[in-house]
Amino acid sequence: MQINQLEVSAETAGKLGLTEEEFDSIVKVLGRTPNFTELSIYSVMWSEHCSYKNSIHWLKTLPREGKRLLVGAGEENAGLVDIGDGLGCAFKIESHNHPSAIEPYQGAATGVGGIHRDIFTMGARPIAALNSLRFGNPNSDHMKHLVKGVVKGIGDYGNCFGVPTVGGEVYFHPCYNQNILVNAMSIGIVKAGETVSAIASGPGNPVFIVGSATGKDGIHGATFASADLTEDSAQDLPSVQVGDPFQEKLLLEATLEAIQTGAIVGMQDMGAAGISCSTSEMSAKAGTGMRIDLDKVPTRQSDMQAFEILLSESQERMLIVGIRGQEQALLEVFQKWDLVCEEIGEVTDTGRLEFFQSGEKVADVPSHSLVLGGGAPVYQREYRKPEYLKKIARFSLNAVKKPESYPEVTRRLAASPNLSSKRWIYEQYDSMVRTNTMTTNTFSDAALVRVKGTQKAIAATTDCNSNYVYADPYVGTMIAVAEAARNLVCSGAEPVAITNCLNFGNPYNPEVYYQFVHAIKGMGDACNKFGTPVTGGNVSFYNQSVFKDKTEPVNPTPTIGMIGIIDDHQKAMTLDFKAAGHQIYMIGTPHNDLGSSEYLRVIHDIHLSPVPKFDLDEEYHIQFNLKRLIKKGIIQSAHDVSEGGLFFCLLESAMPRQMGFHIETDGNFRKDAYLFGESQSRIVLTVKEEQEDELLNYLNTHNVPFSRLGEVSEGQISVDSEDFGDIGEWKSGYDSHLNSMMESAEA
Amino acid sequence: MKFGVVVFPGSNCDDDMVHVLGEVMGQEVKKIWHKETSLDDFETTDCIVLPGGFSYGDYLRAGAIARFSPIMQAVIEFANRGGLVWGICNGFQILCEAGLLPGVLLRNANQQFICKNVHLKAMSSHSPVTKLIPGNQVLKIPIAHAEGRYFASDEVLESLQANDQILFKYCTPEGEINAAANPNGALHNIAGICNAGRNVVGMMPHPERASESVLGNTDGRILFESLLNAQVMAGA
Repeated sequence: MQINQLEVSAETAGKLGLTEEEFDSIVKVLGRTPNFTELSIYSVMWSEHCSYKNSIHWLKTLPREGKRLLVGAGEENAGLVDIGDGLGCAFKIESHNHPSAIEPYQGAATGVGGIHRDIFTMGARPIAALNSLRFGNPNSDHMKHLVKGVVKGIGDYGNCFGVPTVGGEVYFHPCYNQNILVNAMSIGIVKAGETVSAIASGPGNPVFIVGSATGKDGIHGATFASADLTEDSAQDLPSVQVGDPFQEKLLLEATLEAIQTGAIVGMQDMGAAGISCSTSEMSAKAGTGMRIDLDKVPTRQSDMQAFEILLSESQERMLIVGIRGQEQALLEVFQKWDLVCEEIGEVTDTGRLEFFQSGEKVADVPSHSLVLGGGAPVYQREYRKPEYLKKIARFSLNAVKKPESYPEVTRRLAASPNLSSKRWIYEQYDSMVRTNTMTTNTFSDAALVRVKGTQKAIAATTDCNSNYVYADPYVGTMIAVAEAARNLVCSGAEPVAITNCLNFGNPYNPEVYYQFVHAIKGMGDACNKFGTPVTGGNVSFYNQSVFKDKTEPVNPTPTIGMIGIIDDHQKAMTLDFKAAGHQIYMIGTPHNDLGSSEYLRVIHDIHLSPVPKFDLDEEYHIQFNLKRLIKKGIIQSAHDVSEGGLFFCLLESAMPRQMGFHIETDGNFRKDAYLFGESQSRIVLTVKEEQEDELLNYLNTHNVPFSRLGEVSEGQISVDSEDFGDIGEWKSGYDSHLNSMMESAEA
Repeated sequence: MKFGVVVFPGSNCDDDMVHVLGEVMGQEVKKIWHKETSLDDFETTDCIVLPGGFSYGDYLRAGAIARFSPIMQAVIEFANRGGLVWGICNGFQILCEAGLLPGVLLRNANQQFICKNVHLKAMSSHSPVTKLIPGNQVLKIPIAHAEGRYFASDEVLESLQANDQILFKYCTPEGEINAAANPNGALHNIAGICNAGRNVVGMMPHPERASESVLGNTDGRILFESLLNAQVMAGA
């Protein structure tokens, strides 16, 4: 039976995830009851994923203006900033959490594929990838399976596609036991004037589908179909898409070559909601419509129904609007690359999307009514201050027992997978292909990628400590932005703009929505301060663990992907100690603060404590002056104090060259707070003895708070003259903790 | 004297090789599309490079499909005429699959893709890419592969050794050739070899990723310099 002949009601809409109210507005827009195919289109286009219906009101409050922005936030598939030299940099981060939790390998792989397509659909060549991963307890066999699958998925896709994975972050926390997070970021470069817009202008112009054939993968409506209608057909529909990086590599080269023909009007990749999404968004942007013949869409299976073709999320496909009369130029390029390029319809002036199958019109909907910014619903959810914040407010530092042996406690802390090397992970990624990665042989707080043909480098980082955001969504998110900017500044770059990936629980939970709203406010305030507008990103709700009697949202995790520019790549700053005798300083203010630290969780099993001390103005002041110190060539290294606190900051700077350090703590503070506290806006610097006066003079005349910590040694480590052993021992532990964890069986 | 870099569908180090040969070494270089069937533009004093990547997605087995590409017949003929052919990573795998070099490249011993700096020692200076490398020099050059474990029969190994065809072995930073320095389980730590005629060279490490000071490593340049020097000698 053809599904389209089914009677459709509000109940049908409910099964597809639409509310009764939403069903009524569809009826109103169409002036009639939609058929099943039309309803399916609305259900995916008005889904949270495509419409941002529960988030867009707040997203619009973020700063989205900046002198370097070449396209506005949300206007194209990714943000685009001017980096000078006639070049633009396109970048974006996106989540693939739920697919990765079900099928880690393909989930992560297609996440990488999807974000790269967002970049090259704009005409930019991807030059670097980053990611931000959150896993649960790494000691369980299930979690190891997820970690291995995700890492292999990211590696296999990116390595074959030929774009280096240059940076990222990985955290382990039990809140992600059931719902891991996989956020992938891509950065591309395009010559100004060679960008392509996701627009379907020019009625009469041909519409092509290129790349892979369309199959029954990733169809949301499939569940519904299998349960109520075609019991025998849908058993084999995979809910997770399958990626083919080789096909994507061909698609990349072919589309970039096709753009050079000048025969392309607009282009959009097919991700979520497949043909439905690309046709409606491209038409809505131009105020046009399209007539599409679904019989012409190359399919993997025979007998695909209209809604299946329209909703399929088969990977490695693009929708291209060409110029009528210049079809041949396009066809020749795709033929050269042995890719299918099929004309499936044309642009119209009706403002409607009309889909045909077997000569019949199977759907007819106004394109504008489907899209975000058009007819898609916009909601403001209610929110309420979470109960747990009261418990956090009751935290008392005095109740935290001081360690008896600092070397012993430090060694226990060092075994945390959050503080040890991620080498086991990143060595599975090709981090060097395209020969631009500057941070293979040197070490900086951000990944640095040289831009060929210029003196410039792009600095990039992903940051979010979700423990901080949990403890205080507003301040915690400011910290995520501040830390991203700090990492770029420590590497010698000027922060330019951000993309965000907002991973939260269920937006209908008022406590979750409180976290979301306050995270957005914090992000906005911090981005305004640093002059780094939000160029786009992605919202992922419904990240939660389900237990018998309740659901627990994951820690709110608004991941910040930030890029910056170094005008002269020779001026990049590194984090490693260079030579024994160099003097170690910290700029910024220490506090009696252990809030939300790894130390409290690992050593004291305390999971509710306030966000670390943070002051946005002081942060800005510190970063501003660090930039000047780097430009003046006064310092030898810069590394920010983050997870694990000062001691682990020093350790990370000491390990690359197997140096050590002798430092003194400050008796005005608890020693554990001084060594392991994570209060913000602190940076460890080293300076040659002969430049020490110059440094001190600068810090004093510019009102920069600082402490002299000690000096770099040949390899021995001591704190307040207490022996902490040799760097070799710390480094071998640092390098092997995660490795032994991943290769061992469940304890 | 010029260079040709073959582009298979899925090659992804072709641009890197063109950049280093053209921009860094200042040589004439052009890309050759895999559907081409002749190398008539090239003299035997020129050099054809098979770059790294995932030709045909490495489906079936790395290099197994690429060897059937139209251009490969011409590459084989070029090599048989004495022309220089240099395969790196996937290029090495293709040369083995095509029978231009003996042996095979199996999946890494740890079953994982590995990307990191490794250390190499040149075992013979009697080849176009090792000519200038002093025997005791340790080079730091990265690898990036999932299938790089060199394997060959005992007879093949014996003849490689007898004919001085082993060009590179993995070693420690101090130059020791031992199991600890072997990143992928390759027999005898073999990282690169040449054919009996010494005009076809294959290696897993990527010298093009270690040839610019901006990347913090120029150890790979000596291979390119050797190659140019060899060309000058051959042309003289």
